[in-house]
Amino acid sequence: MRENDVILQTVSKVAVFIILTFGMYLFLSGHHNPGGGFIGGLTLSSAVILLYIAFDVESVNKGIPVDFKLVAAAGVLISVLSGTGALLFGADFLSQSFAYFDLPLLGKTELTTVVLFEAGVALAVVGVVVTILINISEDV
Amino acid sequence: METLITLLVGVLVSVATYLLLSKNLIRVVLGTAILSHAVHLLLLTMGGLKTGSVPILEDGVGTYTDALPQALILTAIVISFAVTAFFLVLVYRTYQTAGTDNLNEMRGSSDE
Amino acid sequence: MNNILVFPMVIPVITGVALLFFRSYPAVQRWSTIAAMLSVFAISLWILEDVRSNGIMRLDFGGWTPPFGITFVADSFAMLLVAAASFVSLICMLYAVFAGDKRREYYFQYTFMLLLIAGVNGAFLTGDLFNLFVCFEVMLLASYVLMTLGGEKKQLTEGIKYVLINILSSWLFLLGLAYVYGTLGTLNFAQLSLRIAEAGQPPILTAISILFLAVFSLKAGLVLYFWLPGSYSALPTAVSALFAALLTKVGVYALFRTFTLLFYHEPSITHTIIGWMAITTLAGGSLGAIAYVDIRKIAAYNVVIAIGFILVGLASNNAAGIQGSIYYLVHDIVIKGLLFLIIGTIIYLTSNARLDRTSGLITNYPILGWIFLITTLSLGGVPPFSGFAGKLMIGQGAISSGEYVMVGAAFLSSLFVLYSLIRIFLNMFWGEVLIPRKHQIPLPFPLLAPLVVLAIVTIGLGLGMDFMAPYVTDAATVLMNPEVYIEGALDNE
Repeated sequence: MRENDVILQTVSKVAVFIILTFGMYLFLSGHHNPGGGFIGGLTLSSAVILLYIAFDVESVNKGIPVDFKLVAAAGVLISVLSGTGALLFGADFLSQSFAYFDLPLLGKTELTTVVLFEAGVALAVVGVVVTILINISEDV
Repeated sequence: METLITLLVGVLVSVATYLLLSKNLIRVVLGTAILSHAVHLLLLTMGGLKTGSVPILEDGVGTYTDALPQALILTAIVISFAVTAFFLVLVYRTYQTAGTDNLNEMRGSSDE
Repeated sequence: MNNILVFPMVIPVITGVALLFFRSYPAVQRWSTIAAMLSVFAISLWILEDVRSNGIMRLDFGGWTPPFGITFVADSFAMLLVAAASFVSLICMLYAVFAGDKRREYYFQYTFMLLLIAGVNGAFLTGDLFNLFVCFEVMLLASYVLMTLGGEKKQLTEGIKYVLINILSSWLFLLGLAYVYGTLGTLNFAQLSLRIAEAGQPPILTAISILFLAVFSLKAGLVLYFWLPGSYSALPTAVSALFAALLTKVGVYALFRTFTLLFYHEPSITHTIIGWMAITTLAGGSLGAIAYVDIRKIAAYNVVIAIGFILVGLASNNAAGIQGSIYYLVHDIVIKGLLFLIIGTIIYLTSNARLDRTSGLITNYPILGWIFLITTLSLGGVPPFSGFAGKLMIGQGAISSGEYVMVGAAFLSSLFVLYSLIRIFLNMFWGEVLIPRKHQIPLPFPLLAPLVVLAIVTIGLGLGMDFMAPYVTDAATVLMNPEVYIEGALDNE
């Protein structure tokens, strides 16, 4: 059942990058504004899902040779380990901290440990959502 | 506003109950999905609707809405998303294996 | 700051998730699972001892002090259950490792078993109602997967019923949470307890408490146990032992926590209802246990009877009853794990689950037969095994609060337990030898070893009652005096 979806494919080639950028923006803005790892991750995964809709599963798998189950696992590991990292500094589990650094190009920048945690969340969301949707759609 | 939302919760619950009582498995899955949305709405309403600004620290804003119900709902939505996805796959596999999506035909264990 | 409290939950999570990367290395999966469970067990024993000598421990996640942040609170009650649960899951894991089901291992059996244990330990340790819900869900999602892993027809159809009934009970749980938050404005156990005590538990709170009673009864299999026998008999051995030992106990734990810490002001309403529910459960479980010839069903109904028995202790609402319940809970976690492992082993050896088609097994497998006899006596509450102390104290508790009907029902049910299991013993182990020794399926020692260990533990718990006594007394003191828990869980130095 191959339909002629030239329009969908052409549009999604552009739209995927816009969605990915927006997902990253949401992810990074989460520290002081609405956004964060969960929403960022959902947006990022919607880009991947769009690819799966526009092209077939085989060609996307060839282009992105990643096992999304492992992406999810890596995400959960990063999140939990970033929480346990606080133990090394004698703080409570999941404690976060931040500091200001003078970086070249960016100037005075705030770097926080919560970004690690949120990155884990985002990866987990991307992995889980894509895995679920691929599994449901696989042999229908 | 709270009354209106509560009524909506009631409507959703009755729709979900109707779906849950049917014999068709897909309807049952939809019923559970609607049921969870109803209770999320209820959680939100229980925290009080529209009493202040968004709960993000900003200058010049005195009152904030209660952030806790939102955090609870976010967690609950994620959980119900996972459960619904799992349930959907389970129902599909059962349909393939048992050859039916009628709950009546899945009673007991006559295949033993 | 007691970061050690988080390990019983975090070690299984990290190990389980890391195992996803080792899909094609069964040896890595097996032994890292065992190592993780060993360390969890050791850590929980250490915390248990620490809690008994230094009082309640608390961990504020991310440094957010209660009542605002997420907290883990460890009292002796929770830690006793964590330790018992971790130990029995370690043994079940060993059994699963030795049974070595390649296909299930390939589909991440150990990951989901570890996540289940993480959920169970989290539920025991958490200090607020919402995280109890989250931990329940972690545990349930893992159990859904374990239940349907393998995809046989019976597993799938039973799985659908199990998932559906649990989705409904989770829904009721959220409903209760919404009402509690709407009326009291907090979900932290200690603060809830304070606010309910201030308000004197007016009728609306009692009504909400009945909602929680329904939810936790469904999870524990109190009266609402109709889902339990069918689903438990569709599982592979190690997983069914894990389920029987842990899942219902989490519901029982939640019942104890809510009705001793939160809603304890109207015992004439709530505890009376619990009492009648316990009696109904005992009656229904007893009838089920003697009605079936399928040994898995008989074992599953024994789980139901035990739940009724434990709840008699809560319903009698005094120190002796609660202490008895705690003894019996720990005993039941061990013994139900053992019972289901034995039942699974019998089915593996004879490839049938009916008790009237096999006999004379004791000639073929003497050690298995004697272990089964020990299990039977222990479940029946015969001294010197571990069931005795709990039964005795629950009986004392119920008598001293004048609940003679409950006492009668409880001890009558013990006779039914004994009868139902002796029936299995006489039919399957005694009598004419049907399988010639040459043709019997060999029972390798590694598969038997977990059973032997659990049997030794049940004797040890019975003889070493004095060793357990200080922990149980401490646990019962905290349960009977909510202010101790509140001080430990809310005090910000």
